Amino acid sequence: MRDIVATGNLVEVESVNFSYDRLQVLKNINLVVPKGKVVAIMGLSGCGKTTLLRLIGAALVPDEGEIRVAGRAVNRLGDEELFALRRKMGMLFQFGALFTDMSSFDNVAFPLREHTRMPEPLIRDLVLMKLHAVGLRGAAQLTPAELSGGMARRVALARTIALDPMLVMYDEPFTGLDPISLGVISQLIRKLNDSLGATSIVVTHDVAEALELVDYVYYMSDGKVEFHGLPEQVRAAGLPSLHQFVYGEPDGPVPFHYPAAEYGQDLLAR
Amino acid sequence: MTARVLELLRALGGRLINNWVWRLGFATRFLWLTLKESGTSFRRFHLTIREIYFAGVLSLIIILVSGLFVGMVLGLQGYDTLVRYGSSEALGVLVSLSLVRELGPVVAGLLFASRAGSAITAEIGLMKATEQLSAMEMMAVDPIARVVAPRFWGGVISMPLLAALFSAMGVFGGYLVGVRLIGVDEGSFWSQMQAAVDFREDIVNGVIKSLVFGVAVTWIAVFEGYDAPPTAEGVSGATTRTVVTSSLAILALDFVLTALMFRGT
Repeated sequence: MRDIVATGNLVEVESVNFSYDRLQVLKNINLVVPKGKVVAIMGLSGCGKTTLLRLIGAALVPDEGEIRVAGRAVNRLGDEELFALRRKMGMLFQFGALFTDMSSFDNVAFPLREHTRMPEPLIRDLVLMKLHAVGLRGAAQLTPAELSGGMARRVALARTIALDPMLVMYDEPFTGLDPISLGVISQLIRKLNDSLGATSIVVTHDVAEALELVDYVYYMSDGKVEFHGLPEQVRAAGLPSLHQFVYGEPDGPVPFHYPAAEYGQDLLAR
Repeated sequence: MTARVLELLRALGGRLINNWVWRLGFATRFLWLTLKESGTSFRRFHLTIREIYFAGVLSLIIILVSGLFVGMVLGLQGYDTLVRYGSSEALGVLVSLSLVRELGPVVAGLLFASRAGSAITAEIGLMKATEQLSAMEMMAVDPIARVVAPRFWGGVISMPLLAALFSAMGVFGGYLVGVRLIGVDEGSFWSQMQAAVDFREDIVNGVIKSLVFGVAVTWIAVFEGYDAPPTAEGVSGATTRTVVTSSLAILALDFVLTALMFRGT
């Protein structure tokens, strides 16, 4: 806890390297997330964003470096301490990851029932409050199969915040949503962050939405942090690869063509 | 030439170790973890009851119908053989011993593997593929304690009950065909059965067999589900492996158990 008071950062990632088998995914990552802010980690698909999120949630362990959440090095915690810390962290998965054998209500009630000994009437009130916050109190009895993609993600969001976490992590929260659902989710991220007094990390490649929403941006490319700054600095940045990313240009430092032999040669080759 | 043979042998050995020895070690560790995390399944027994419903109650129809038909066939075949030696009254003994010692546990086990085992694998595999298990872990809930252990115990508890019901239904089928249809004397059918079937030697041994099969099938099913690659292809492969591996395991274990239990004394 000392570190948060000293630096005001809830999450600190320091010189982290990580590889899957022999493929190095993250190269010397340094990143901080100040308390109370919404921070985006942006970059192309496959640049290691989600991996970084999983490292912060300690679902993976870095090869080198240290990751501190609320001043505690998550990669060095024992199982019990880690589980205690995870109760204060929420993660929204890309497609919600709702439990398909339970209703929306029971999904949201799940963390409460697992981690608290609250009486059922109290759990019911809390669940309805959380569902109300995402606008789906009326859908409490529907099963995940009966929800649209956007609704499922909102229910998952209600489940994520059921225990009032201090840190909420969003893995690609905008993927595959229609414009209205997208706007709703985006607004909820901001609203919930501020009303819960939480801190949020949003991993995304949805530039327009993210730049509107967040307080600070980390741009990753090829396993490295290439740029970080305020949203307006991102828009104005001179970095060619970031420019290509922000304005969605098909060709540039990130080539349109996958590396291959010369075109003419390839056609003539037998 | 020798080099190529050596190369081939090396590749074969590598595959054997990777596919079998390595996985067996992994599965054993997984079983140990499941047993260690089983507290929740008994403290919150409703979780296990739910799995008993899915693995046991929903398998009832197939088990009961198969048991009835197997018993009826035993009645026909048994009578056909016994009548040649003029001992058709022993039909009850033949039907009940075959069922209680062998067919009950083995056939019920095979049916259980394909009906409940495959369902367990597919469910856990899909939960993994849709990140439900990761989500649970991120909510500080151990999926082995919450998802795997209740399913494991649900299967282990259901299997001996299903095998017993299979045998009971089979005896009834044998009775229908032997006594009602063919006309074997009802008194000797039941009294000979009562005299010849020993509680400790036959029935308890049959229950032990079905319990062992229950552990084997459910262990394989939960492990394959948990270990499945998180893709459609991975889950379908794991489901197939569950049925194949557990069927083979049942037959092999049956031989071992029979050799240990029944020595013709």
